Amino acid sequence: MIHKYSLNGFNIVLDICSGAVHVMDELGYELVDYTSADMPEKCPDEAYNALNKFSKEEIDETYSELYELVKEGLLHTPDDYDQFKGKMAPAPIKAMCLHIAHDCNLRCDYCFAAKGDFGHGRKLMSYEVGKKAIDFLLDNSGSRTNLEVDFFGGEPLMNFDVVKQLVAYARSREKEYNKNFRFTVTTNGLLLDDDIMDFINKEMSNVVLSIDGRKEINDALRVSPNGKGCYDIIVPKFKEMVKRRNGEQYYVRGTFTRKNPDFYEDVMHLYDLGFDQISIEPVVSDPQISYSLTEEDAERVGQEYEKLAKKIIEMKKAGESINFFHFMLDLDQGPCAIKRLRGCSCGNEYVSVTPEGDIYPCHQFVGIDGFKMGNIDDGKIDNELKAEFSKANIFNKEHCRDCWARFYCSGGCNANSQQYAGGIFNKHEVSCLLEQKRLECAIMIKAALAEDEE
Amino acid sequence: MKHVKTLNKTNLKKTAAKGGCSECQTSCQSACKTSCTVANQKCEK
Repeated sequence: MIHKYSLNGFNIVLDICSGAVHVMDELGYELVDYTSADMPEKCPDEAYNALNKFSKEEIDETYSELYELVKEGLLHTPDDYDQFKGKMAPAPIKAMCLHIAHDCNLRCDYCFAAKGDFGHGRKLMSYEVGKKAIDFLLDNSGSRTNLEVDFFGGEPLMNFDVVKQLVAYARSREKEYNKNFRFTVTTNGLLLDDDIMDFINKEMSNVVLSIDGRKEINDALRVSPNGKGCYDIIVPKFKEMVKRRNGEQYYVRGTFTRKNPDFYEDVMHLYDLGFDQISIEPVVSDPQISYSLTEEDAERVGQEYEKLAKKIIEMKKAGESINFFHFMLDLDQGPCAIKRLRGCSCGNEYVSVTPEGDIYPCHQFVGIDGFKMGNIDDGKIDNELKAEFSKANIFNKEHCRDCWARFYCSGGCNANSQQYAGGIFNKHEVSCLLEQKRLECAIMIKAALAEDEE
Repeated sequence: MKHVKTLNKTNLKKTAAKGGCSECQTSCQSACKTSCTVANQKCEK
């Protein structure tokens, strides 16, 4: 099975099951349609007839190259991944999103956390609840060594003393349990001060700094309770934060909506501010809301991804660089096939814990009826629901089975599917369209940069 | 090859045999939180 597309002057053929990426000339790109896993050694007559603008010698030469790729297992590789189905089972929990504050000092209009409180009232997590959550993770992580804890909200800096205490507590248990905690924090930045920055830089392996881009875009939706935009407050703080981290392991992360389909400008604005680790993501919201992205917007958004991809190539060739999260792709050292088959692993290897200690499959499921998996007070978890989430992978999502992008998005976001497509196994069309476009751009960037290496 | 340039020769299928250690980062713990891409994570091995 292959996926072929032309973009920015490159004819790209992805061999879906091996992950091999081929860039072909015009003849190869057309001739590949006449090849298959069991192709004969000699080119079929219909190919000569259809491609008669090329000489027989050229066709034969190209056909031989394609034949060789098939024999090497790099083209038309059959899908026999079913043999790994058994590995898609309930697994130890190794990642936790800790909702340290169901409260926020912003009232961003598009917030999936219902402007900070997830629709269940404003509340901060106590140290006792957080400590039990850490214990729960330690006790349920089996042989996993790397344990990830993301301090999330609402706004986690509103409860930062508890963050500090929990980091200290987790660190105190690492050795005894033979674990390595990796902490991260996602913040809107309003409360960042010298002490907090230094603590984060000492303890957190990654920090996600929320900003949407241009001032007018950011301030249209990222507003304080009195309606004032936060851009002027957060930009100097984020600059200082990144400077103190020596520019390492951070993302400035924003959201684009139907109101700024020209989000390329926001990425470049963030770059002009001095940030080079950037993630700008499509809004997740009810399609009825005016700024929501729908299938109708996919083409326009796709054009913007292309524009950004071309700019990134141009910059790289000029010795500059933007690391755009959704274009990150390592064709040689990416995750193993099992990871890709398992998917995002929410509700199985990854859970969220609320200030009340309630356990949910992930941060986006919090507060949704039927998805509470338990409470860390007794440490019991709904194993039936956990098993159900372990099945939320490309084997069991009908629309993924034949999708060329299945080994990259791995089935996509279960929360988006639940909320906007009616179930975790269902297709959220706009998410798929955008993901496919991002991947085509990411692969094309690799092709363009490889061309330069010659 | 004259007509085809192959960008990578690693075979995804071969990574399955010794894969699945689950030590690598969960996609949503990196930068996304809303739109899943598993393939942009790094292998820890």
